[in-house]
Amino acid sequence: MTVKIYIPRDAAALSLGAEKVAKAVAQEVANRGLDARIVRNGSRGMFWLEPLVEVEVDGKRIGYGPVKANDVSMLFDAGLITGGDHTLCLGEVENLPFLKEQTRLTFARCGITDPLSLKDYEAHGGLKGLRRAADMAAADIVKDVTDSGLRGRGGAGFPTGIKWKTVLDAPGERKYIVCNADEGDSGTFADRMIMEGDPFVLIEGMAIASLATGATKGFVYTRSEYPHAIAVMTEAVEIARKAGILGSSVLGSGKSFDMEVRTGAGAYVCGEETALLNSLEGKRGVVRAKPPLPAHKGLFNCPTVINNVISLASVPVIIDKGATFYRDFGMGRSRGTIPLQIAGNVKHGGLYETAFGLSLGDIVDKIGGGTRSGRPVKAVQVGGPLGAYFPRELFDTPFDYEAFAAKDGLIGHAGIVVFDDTADMLTQARFAMEFCAVESCGKCTPCRIGSIRGVETADKIARGIEPEKNRALLADLCNTMKFGSLCALGGFTPYPVMSAMTHFPEDFSPVPLIEAAE
Amino acid sequence: MSLVSEIDYGTPASRSETMVTLTIDGQQISVPEGTSVMRASREAGIMVPKLCATDMIDAFGSCRLCLVEIEGRAGTPASCTTPVAPGMVVHTQTGRLKDIRRGVMELYISDHPLDCLTCAANGDCELQDMAGAVGLRDVRYGYDGDNHVAARNNGEINLKWMPKDESNPYFTYDPSKCIVCSRCVNACEEVQGTFALTIEGRGFGSRVSAGMHESFIDSECVSCGACVQACPTATLTEKSVISIGQPEHSVVTTCAYCGVGCSFKAEMRGEELVRMVPWKDGQANRGHSCVKGRFAYGYSTHKDRILNPMIREKISDPWREVTWDEAFAHIATEFKRLQYQYGRDSVGGITSSRCTNEETFLVQKLVRAGFGNNNVDTCARVCHSPTGYGLGQAFGTSAGTQNFDSVEQSDVVIVIGANPTDGHPVFASRLKKRLRQGAKLIVIDPRRIDLVRTPHVEASFHLPLQPGTNVAVLTALAHVIVTEGLFDEKFIRERCDWSEFEDWAAFVAEPQHSPEETEKFTGVPADLVRGAARLYAKGGNGAIYYGLGVTEHSQGSTTVMAIANLAMATGNIGRPGVGVNPLRGQNNVQGSCDMGSFPHELPGYRHISDDATRDIFEKLWGVKLDKEPGLRIPNMLDAAVDGTFKGIYIQGEDILQSDPDTKHVAAGLAAMECVVVHDLFLNETANYAHVFLPGSTFLEKDGTFTNAERRINRVRKVMSPRNGYADWEVTQKMAQAMGLAWNYQHPSEIMDEIAATTPSFALVSYDYLEKMGSVQWPCNEKTPLGSPIMHVDGFVRGKGKFIRTEYVATDERTGPRFPLLLTTGRILSQYNVGAQTRRTENVVWHAEDRLEIHPHDAEQRGIRDGDWIKLASRSGDTTLRALITDRVAPGVVYTTFHHPDTQANVITTDYSDWATNCPEYKVTAVQVSPSNGPSQWQIDYDEQARQSRRIAGKLEAAE
Repeated sequence: MTVKIYIPRDAAALSLGAEKVAKAVAQEVANRGLDARIVRNGSRGMFWLEPLVEVEVDGKRIGYGPVKANDVSMLFDAGLITGGDHTLCLGEVENLPFLKEQTRLTFARCGITDPLSLKDYEAHGGLKGLRRAADMAAADIVKDVTDSGLRGRGGAGFPTGIKWKTVLDAPGERKYIVCNADEGDSGTFADRMIMEGDPFVLIEGMAIASLATGATKGFVYTRSEYPHAIAVMTEAVEIARKAGILGSSVLGSGKSFDMEVRTGAGAYVCGEETALLNSLEGKRGVVRAKPPLPAHKGLFNCPTVINNVISLASVPVIIDKGATFYRDFGMGRSRGTIPLQIAGNVKHGGLYETAFGLSLGDIVDKIGGGTRSGRPVKAVQVGGPLGAYFPRELFDTPFDYEAFAAKDGLIGHAGIVVFDDTADMLTQARFAMEFCAVESCGKCTPCRIGSIRGVETADKIARGIEPEKNRALLADLCNTMKFGSLCALGGFTPYPVMSAMTHFPEDFSPVPLIEAAE
Repeated sequence: MSLVSEIDYGTPASRSETMVTLTIDGQQISVPEGTSVMRASREAGIMVPKLCATDMIDAFGSCRLCLVEIEGRAGTPASCTTPVAPGMVVHTQTGRLKDIRRGVMELYISDHPLDCLTCAANGDCELQDMAGAVGLRDVRYGYDGDNHVAARNNGEINLKWMPKDESNPYFTYDPSKCIVCSRCVNACEEVQGTFALTIEGRGFGSRVSAGMHESFIDSECVSCGACVQACPTATLTEKSVISIGQPEHSVVTTCAYCGVGCSFKAEMRGEELVRMVPWKDGQANRGHSCVKGRFAYGYSTHKDRILNPMIREKISDPWREVTWDEAFAHIATEFKRLQYQYGRDSVGGITSSRCTNEETFLVQKLVRAGFGNNNVDTCARVCHSPTGYGLGQAFGTSAGTQNFDSVEQSDVVIVIGANPTDGHPVFASRLKKRLRQGAKLIVIDPRRIDLVRTPHVEASFHLPLQPGTNVAVLTALAHVIVTEGLFDEKFIRERCDWSEFEDWAAFVAEPQHSPEETEKFTGVPADLVRGAARLYAKGGNGAIYYGLGVTEHSQGSTTVMAIANLAMATGNIGRPGVGVNPLRGQNNVQGSCDMGSFPHELPGYRHISDDATRDIFEKLWGVKLDKEPGLRIPNMLDAAVDGTFKGIYIQGEDILQSDPDTKHVAAGLAAMECVVVHDLFLNETANYAHVFLPGSTFLEKDGTFTNAERRINRVRKVMSPRNGYADWEVTQKMAQAMGLAWNYQHPSEIMDEIAATTPSFALVSYDYLEKMGSVQWPCNEKTPLGSPIMHVDGFVRGKGKFIRTEYVATDERTGPRFPLLLTTGRILSQYNVGAQTRRTENVVWHAEDRLEIHPHDAEQRGIRDGDWIKLASRSGDTTLRALITDRVAPGVVYTTFHHPDTQANVITTDYSDWATNCPEYKVTAVQVSPSNGPSQWQIDYDEQARQSRRIAGKLEAAE
């Protein structure tokens, strides 16, 4: 029987040498005349173990990692295709604690299946949700999604079901499903992993959204920086179309839905939903004022569902297993699971899907294993470049939309970036302003001019120029930007700045250079 | 006197009829659903600070000054983008809002020059106003940070700084003063629809950019002025404001260019015109303008203007300046002599479509009551006389059926033989706005006019017909509508004569009228005709707009009737969004027709032979009127050549340049003994004049113009006539010299006489216009508010009349010697014969007439772009330079007629409309060949023109 060897084609694994490893494995298989087949799967999300090579032996997946190309020959010598022992052997992958303790609903297949095998997809529970949805009334699908408690995973946390209901109820001959796959937050990769590792789940989620709202056309708007995701998604759409999942009659339901993949040109702000819609329409990627909401007047002025990849990819399991199943995970108003993306200066970086409610400390210390440098954790930025910095004192905060908001923070897209004690928080505050200045679309004044002045004011503080006056000015500026900006880019930039200033005041009173020289 | 104040409500008005009540700062107010909180506040008298909002454009939400707090809602929403909701409680001024607004203003001013005292916008700057409104007292960031203000920062070149763009002749763009509010960009898109402006770069690098970082003059900018009007700072400023200063008073008046009839505020310092700004309450233009009305008024003070009356014995003599009295006495003597010597009918007059209704009324009154004949005609003869005849026959009135607002409710628009983006730009902008909202467009034109494909607008069908085949194409459209059963039977049975319809339907259904048959000579593919017919018949509200490409043909009147047939057959008459709409070429061509300028009609389109009508005037004027129609312009010229017509008074029209077959016109004029030209300039016709009376501009007189939608608009005097007298005074004094007892003290008295004698004007008076702003005739006891839409409950003539429209090809045919068809038109920056616009900076856009020719035809003749070519027809030849373009089809060439040295009308023939004599300008068989330069005729003409413009005692500037 042919042995299956799994080598990820996920971009993170590729960046760590997975392509060379795959070539070496193929070479060995050929040289040794073995009956083995390489499957290019997605990533399991344990980046410190990538490239992670898995071999299926007696229905179990034995892992080896991290594997380098020049380890391959030795691994085969050690009997890799029979799960032979080696220092790189990790045993059965499912039993690794990092994976075992997760609750993988959205990422159930990611890293396990061949991303472009529809057969594999169905064998692992794929299409059950869509099949069920095809027999349901639109309003019932919307009700299931509403009851599941699913909230927008892009960061805003708006209840997905309510958004869908608005589109369902909005009159319009033409409606759209737009998937926001413009994942630009530093330290985030969940969207990319789904698109590369399990693209059909996103297609299925979008198809369900179309049945729920009467939309007939979908777009995945992703970034040019994700070439692998673009390639896999595009191919998956083609396969799904041939299989009748997309097209004039979705799974024979008589309802039409088709979709295409569109690529942005590198603007962070195009991840903001209205700027994204402008970009999709071929216009400058500037933010639109709301109202009108995209649900009423979105793409080409038509009612539009615009959801993040993870929100849409979580829908199939909800429809398949029911709203209650999903809702039973989580805490408070944050229901279901959240794919944490642990990054930065951390020992065990990667994707960790779990129910809401873990404390930040557990995530950083227990799951992440502390810093990679071994130095003490100074701060954790949660929610991307516009998220607040959390000091150790706040590590008891549970991972939950409301709990983070109560501490002047946000969970955003669930990116978690760890910093050790060498980080200078004034530099980080300046970086936040600089990031905003670089990425601002330029439409609203607080963001366009404010971010530039923020950088300048931070520099004045750093140079010891009237530090007290300039700290007050920076705080005032943050107030203007937070409440005055048109979108979250300018509006959330104050989070990292103010949290840095509040929790690490010592970094904002630098010793003036002239004194340092003496 | 003070500036006309216009409230800026910040966002456009909502059309909803549902009212919503909310509370703003403790005041209850009810506004239509969909109104913004900002507008509702302004209506309640509360001024929320704002910079990026203005009520000409949709809310944009970028400046963040207009934030408010709404009870029960999180955050500080922008009042411009937030619609009102029932029971909403809004606070516009709280501590939190004050902090944010001051914070925003502090940021603005940290990147803005502090040269307020020497700034052109000083006194008219919203940025300055807002800094005051929010109480900005300090800019804590200092002024040494990154900026767009200084050319150098700390000695280093500032790459963000951009120099002032002064390339446009009328306004400047100073990027250093720009606050990037995007009002200009949005005005260019939403109001004008040209999309010439954009924001380039992003973030702090965002800058307003014309085209792709081009200068304004090199960009697609059409200089309509909407951006300048929208700019809240000195970034976009009229050069006249920079050189003169801010105006201190303004007067609302009406543009003297095309038939759209835009209302403007003439903004003045004393008697000096500072600028013309479109008036938002103007019901024709709704606050928009084009380059001509907005900026091209410099001709009024141009050095070429003649300010003293002049006389000469022979046209080969130099002019001699005389006093007004001398001039009037001379004319009176001469005209009396001519009538004594050659008979009562040997003299006549031509009224002007550029003068006021009152002035036109006086000229026809002078002819009828003073000369005692009906030899009066007007330039509408050469443009829209078929409209008057055709629509009169079909509907019973000689005018368009709609107001311009109507287009906002159209679903399908047919544009035929008109080029609105050039000829009627403000209407074109309103049309394009509707098309961008989703209405469909059908263009029937030999040439690919801009509307066929322009940013965010594309015609569903362009029917590129062979010039001269309008009737065949329209009948083919009717054929499809009838044979495919697309007509509106209910409408026809109720509103039209059914048996006439049946007769017409049988006629159009004949196989030779099918698109497949007509394709053979119209050149329009049958499927396009079928598609267009189905769309117009079944696409919702269908409106037809047409221009001189319809009327200036040997079958002009037939085409107008064919248009009326289509509208009636599909039920597209009598409500908003539909109708038949002639786009009038000149400011008062509608009015001049209304005022009895035609030889067979008294004011109000009543035939001269009608005893009752004549009786009204005879009683009032105390004279006996001739009941026989007089001579039309071409007949006057023929009679002159024959020696029976000897004297003419021409007010404000240049027939030598504008009328067909220039050589015939010249011969006619040369045969007369007393030609009196009353004009601003020594125009081409004046080369043949014996008396020149200096005219006054629209800025120098009171009166009214009637635009293409029958709207009677006030023209108001803002400065004294530089020549001494307004045109109505000149005509009156001439009449007095001839012994007529006229004594009008003010044009309002003339209007009172018009109202007293003309039923469709019965309620019109200057007081009433003052109250109403403007009214559309008919305005009488039945319709005291005027008539925006006509034929609402029934046609004026009773039942709508279907008329058979047999296609008869023009006698002007192509052949081996003249294988190409010439058609003519106009261009945006120039107006008509160019007498006004050529004397403004508009010449930077169009310094000469060019001949558009298809690359195929050019290649065959060895003609390259820009080459001098000879354009010859059976009538004559001229030379001009070629412009190679595929806008015209092979076999068709096109030119404009704005420049006298081109003399396109040397080429045109004397064929004319069978019913009205409207000349066939739009079809001339021609040949094009390479040339070395001006033709002998042009050289001779130029010499003669130079000779005939000599004024005794004054050296010619060139000499």
